[in-house]
Amino acid sequence: MTALVSLVVALLLLWLALWTVVARDAFVAVAGFVVYGLLLSLVWVRLAGIDVALTEAAIGGGLTGALLLGAVGRLRGTEAAAWSERSGAGTRAFAVLLSVGVATVLALCVLALPEPAPTLAPQAVENLAATGVGNPITGVLLAFRALDTLLEAIVLVIALIGVWSLAPDRFWGGRPGPRYGADPDGILTYLARVLPPIGIVVGLYLFWAGADHPGGKFQSATILAAMWMLVQMAGLSDAPRIDSRWLRAGIVVGPLVFVAVGLLGAWQAGAFLGYPDGWAKPMIVVIELALLPMLVLVLALLLNGAPARSADPSPASAETSMSERNTRPTPARSAGR
Amino acid sequence: MNVETLFALCGCALVGIGLYGLIVQPHPLRKLVAFNIMGSGVFVLFGALAKRGAAAGMAADPVPQALLITAIVVAFAATAVTVALLLRLIESTATASLADEPPSGD
Repeated sequence: MTALVSLVVALLLLWLALWTVVARDAFVAVAGFVVYGLLLSLVWVRLAGIDVALTEAAIGGGLTGALLLGAVGRLRGTEAAAWSERSGAGTRAFAVLLSVGVATVLALCVLALPEPAPTLAPQAVENLAATGVGNPITGVLLAFRALDTLLEAIVLVIALIGVWSLAPDRFWGGRPGPRYGADPDGILTYLARVLPPIGIVVGLYLFWAGADHPGGKFQSATILAAMWMLVQMAGLSDAPRIDSRWLRAGIVVGPLVFVAVGLLGAWQAGAFLGYPDGWAKPMIVVIELALLPMLVLVLALLLNGAPARSADPSPASAETSMSERNTRPTPARSAGR
Repeated sequence: MNVETLFALCGCALVGIGLYGLIVQPHPLRKLVAFNIMGSGVFVLFGALAKRGAAAGMAADPVPQALLITAIVVAFAATAVTVALLLRLIESTATASLADEPPSGD
């Protein structure tokens, strides 16, 4: 029975992927991709990765889907022109051959994998008690492979700097995206008032439960970031100015605390990111507490995109800059560079 | 066929499907979606390998699973940077073309 479920999930996944890739309309493709992300989290459940499933549903399906849907809306006008550039029959035939070839080689490698499979699970279980956390994934993320997590936090900051640096000069230090204004009596505004308190509790619970059960700071940060985006999209609060000091401090404090704990380990435990005996759990909690706000800010700001409005706080000028965005002929915009 | 082999092969096929879309679709946003599918194929393959490493009472090897969480977050960050680049490309050239020839009038 469970084998049948796995087979159906695998076939559905392949069909959705194919549909997403060949669909003519970009919006259809992105909608397909969101469903694909949700289906993928079922695959993670089948593969015994509950933590991965939570991350996939929250980030792979949710945040990436929201990001791509936002982009589709703004790229509407460019689709027809791009369609006329589509590859000829020869290229397509070559692409089919290449893709089938690559997939076949990979499949042959999968079928030739060694038995028994190499595994680090015994070592992870053996040393988990020393870290003080009960969830082996959290143990790996913050003790055994903490360096990966540190570098990941730094990659996120660099990605945000990359997105911000794509702002036109005149909007530097401004706010990203349009100022949303929803109907104050509409369902979106209602949800944006009702859901965040629940979402914040669920997010913080996932954060705390991540020590011993599936969950953790990434899944938690995604839910908290989603709540913030909901409030922004209902127009109840504006996106932050990117030159705001508290914002920038909140972003860099996470990696800085992480590095500081690492250096403390180098001094006290003889290795960068090593934890002195008996201090592993408190150190992990300190790192997670510093990373959580940073992750919330970075995930939401990556979704917000590059600054597109000047920093002028008056709502009237925000309105004009928004209508300018829609009416101004696009080539004029590059003049500012 | 056990579940890990099934999904490992499924991951291989996803890499192929994503690669096809990456080559054939002309619009950069579609290429980005296809690339994400290709990446998720690699993730599924890696997750199946983690499942093969089940031992010591664990249903799967936790080390690759933790790396997968990192990978999903980094993939989102890379996608966000690409989308920002793409929106900027359209803002400054009014087209989403990746062709070598710049569009006339530029």
